[in-house]
Amino acid sequence: MSQSNIPIAELSKPYDVLVIGGGNAALCAAMTAREAGASVLMLESSTKVYRGGNSRHTRNLRYMHDKGNEFLTGPYPEDEFFEDLLRVTGGETNEELARLTIRESNNVGEWMQKHGCMFQPAMRGTLHLSRTNAFFLGGGRALLNAYYRTAEKMGVLVSYETEVLDLVVENGTFVKAVAKRDMREFEIKAKAVILAAGGFQANLQLLKEAWGPVAENFIVRGSPYDTGRVLRAMLDQGAKQIGDPKQCHAVAIDARAPKYDGGIVTRLDCVSFGIVVNKDGDRFYDEGEDFWPKRYAIWGRLVAAQPDQVGYSIIDSKSIDLFMPSVFPPIEAATVGELAEKLGLDPAKVEATVKEFNAATRPGTFHPGELDDCRTEGLEPIKSHWARPIDTPPFYGYPLRPGITFTYLGLAVNNKAQVLMEDNSPSSNIFAAGEIMSGNILGRGYMAGFGMTIGTVFGKIAGREAAQYVI
Amino acid sequence: MSSKALTEAGRVMTICNSCRYCEGFCAVFPAMELRRTFTSGELKYLANLCHNCRDCYYACQYIPPHEFDLNFPKAMAELRLETYQEFAKPKFLSFLFKKNGLSVFLITLASIFLVYLTALITKSDGGIFGTYTGPSSFYAIIPYGLMIAAYSLIGLLVVFSFWFSVRKFWQETAPDKEARADWPGNLRAMKDVLTLKYLEGGGHGCNYPTDEFSASRRYLHHLVFYGFGLCFVATTLAAIYDHLLGRPAPYPFFSLPVLSGTIGGILIVIGTAGMLYLKTKMDKLPNTEKTLSMDISFNLLLMLSSLSGLILLLLRDTHLMGTMLILHLGLVLAFFITMPFGKFIHAVFRYIALVRNAQEQRKAMEEH
Repeated sequence: MSQSNIPIAELSKPYDVLVIGGGNAALCAAMTAREAGASVLMLESSTKVYRGGNSRHTRNLRYMHDKGNEFLTGPYPEDEFFEDLLRVTGGETNEELARLTIRESNNVGEWMQKHGCMFQPAMRGTLHLSRTNAFFLGGGRALLNAYYRTAEKMGVLVSYETEVLDLVVENGTFVKAVAKRDMREFEIKAKAVILAAGGFQANLQLLKEAWGPVAENFIVRGSPYDTGRVLRAMLDQGAKQIGDPKQCHAVAIDARAPKYDGGIVTRLDCVSFGIVVNKDGDRFYDEGEDFWPKRYAIWGRLVAAQPDQVGYSIIDSKSIDLFMPSVFPPIEAATVGELAEKLGLDPAKVEATVKEFNAATRPGTFHPGELDDCRTEGLEPIKSHWARPIDTPPFYGYPLRPGITFTYLGLAVNNKAQVLMEDNSPSSNIFAAGEIMSGNILGRGYMAGFGMTIGTVFGKIAGREAAQYVI
Repeated sequence: MSSKALTEAGRVMTICNSCRYCEGFCAVFPAMELRRTFTSGELKYLANLCHNCRDCYYACQYIPPHEFDLNFPKAMAELRLETYQEFAKPKFLSFLFKKNGLSVFLITLASIFLVYLTALITKSDGGIFGTYTGPSSFYAIIPYGLMIAAYSLIGLLVVFSFWFSVRKFWQETAPDKEARADWPGNLRAMKDVLTLKYLEGGGHGCNYPTDEFSASRRYLHHLVFYGFGLCFVATTLAAIYDHLLGRPAPYPFFSLPVLSGTIGGILIVIGTAGMLYLKTKMDKLPNTEKTLSMDISFNLLLMLSSLSGLILLLLRDTHLMGTMLILHLGLVLAFFITMPFGKFIHAVFRYIALVRNAQEQRKAMEEH
């Protein structure tokens, strides 16, 4: 991290393409536009060390491929990819754009490697993704470092700590952006603009507008810089909005996580091995419905729907070694009552819930790697798999809160990544990529590594189309 | 023993073990993943398994100013330094690690002075500034028997010191006290050492001296390592020539001992100079100040030992031979004395850590 920021004077020059944002989508767009011959300026609102938005916290990317390679164990064809997407979104997707994303992702790993990305085989504990998702060696930040290095070598200029305050759009055409750096405001002119500034998940005010006061209790898993300011400015300029403001990628994470930027280490994989109670000591959902990797993305919303948006995962010593360790140690106690007390719950109530659960479990053959036959009978809600009595001390508890990864409300786009205005007419020179437009494809639900797919594919499309427009 | 460095290493390792993004870089993270909690012995083992390639630092989401304040290479380096002190033998000399640069400097001065004093007593009639040529000319300054006896004794003491350090390190860090170092483990570790596998960073090099991937340190380390090996070969060959073949030193330039010593010396000089140069260029954030004087003093002493040997070769037929011989022998003596109490010890502990790693990964594979 030796180089300093570019001179402030560079901001007053005119550019072909202005890229707003500094994550994966922004970089893919900037590199593609630059390769096509455009002069490119990128504005990243964060400091250099925090550059890259939520891409910093990512680890893999899902892409279509016709055969396996040294990092992927087998093929992942278009139809299977699309079916997977239909399943997680429940059909709430734009098929044209979804299929475009999938097709354009075909063998995108090679493009990524050419631009500096290094892959590694899937890790322990993520083998269920080893065929469909390619893992970045060192994770998202290593990928970003490589992309920034490549982009800068190509001649892309990057201005850090530069926040875009407003966009000036006339008749659906971008004129200039108003940005701030070092407490000074600038007008930045460019022939085209690519908006890749993320969702609004780090903006508590906007979250509250959608969710009400409960949003106070949400934890933001990723970048604190994703304030949605560019998204808001574009909507104010008459862009067409897409997606439900309440829809987002949210998971249940350790309630002790930092308010922002806790990332991967705060996730908890213990839910399916025990029970989860709310603050009243009641269970509220089938903890063993399916494998955790297929269910983790619904638990954020489940916990968000509980009183005070909090839940408590309770397991016993039989299960403590069955899942990935997490950053905060479990709360430990010799009895269920004592554990409840330590968690701040009513001991009598939790003891009763556990007793009722234990009595409902039916003997079976426990197998953490299969949908086993350990389930409850006559219990509401049922626990369909991995239901073993919670009876072997010490007992362990983890507090849960909803952790938002990114929001889905965004800008409607067409297949050229052009932003649509309210009358459905595409803007000639405003493009969008990444989280800011992912709601076009992800109406709800989530599947691992797909945010990066959308960012990479639409980043490349936006870069290509923007360059074509200006040259 | 619970120190600040140990506590910090445990904190850092707990965060890393719930992330695991870096597991493709080196041996430390896969070793970490075999565990859920870490004993102090295990942390000391992992600290010595770390080669300080820094790839993990630049890949990390949690480096400062993040509130997790994660600095893996720094935490490992600080604990590693503590293990050097803790496992140093004899124990009463472990204070030499405290201000290592100063310790090495003073020992070097004393060594040169000692050799000089000895020479004053033992020199031939021609004096230190006499011109001696032909076989046995070196022994006109320091007699053959004394030279052999002194360096053999020091060498033996160093080997003993390493032996006891290794034993203590192995006992403290092996989870299974019965487990012994075995042949397959040693072979694997040797291969890792000879190729410097863990300065490869998953095939792309170290983030050293800055955040770009580079093989420069790996290559420079190879120069020093193999240069050192050649010098060792040269010394052994010379001993064989002298004692077994009855051909006293010095030897002609194109003899095996002189050729290998010369090439080795040149490699060391280039390698250490390069390592020192990289140090001036390096990003200081993933680094600890605490090892800086140890690293620099070791590089300098090794470089000067080699350089003085090379100059001795050039001047050995002049009246400056005596002076250069005293300097060279003094520097080499200091190098020997400081081997267990300076940067050299990293080679010993890292090797042992690699043996243990090879054995526990093999065991884990067998269990799966």
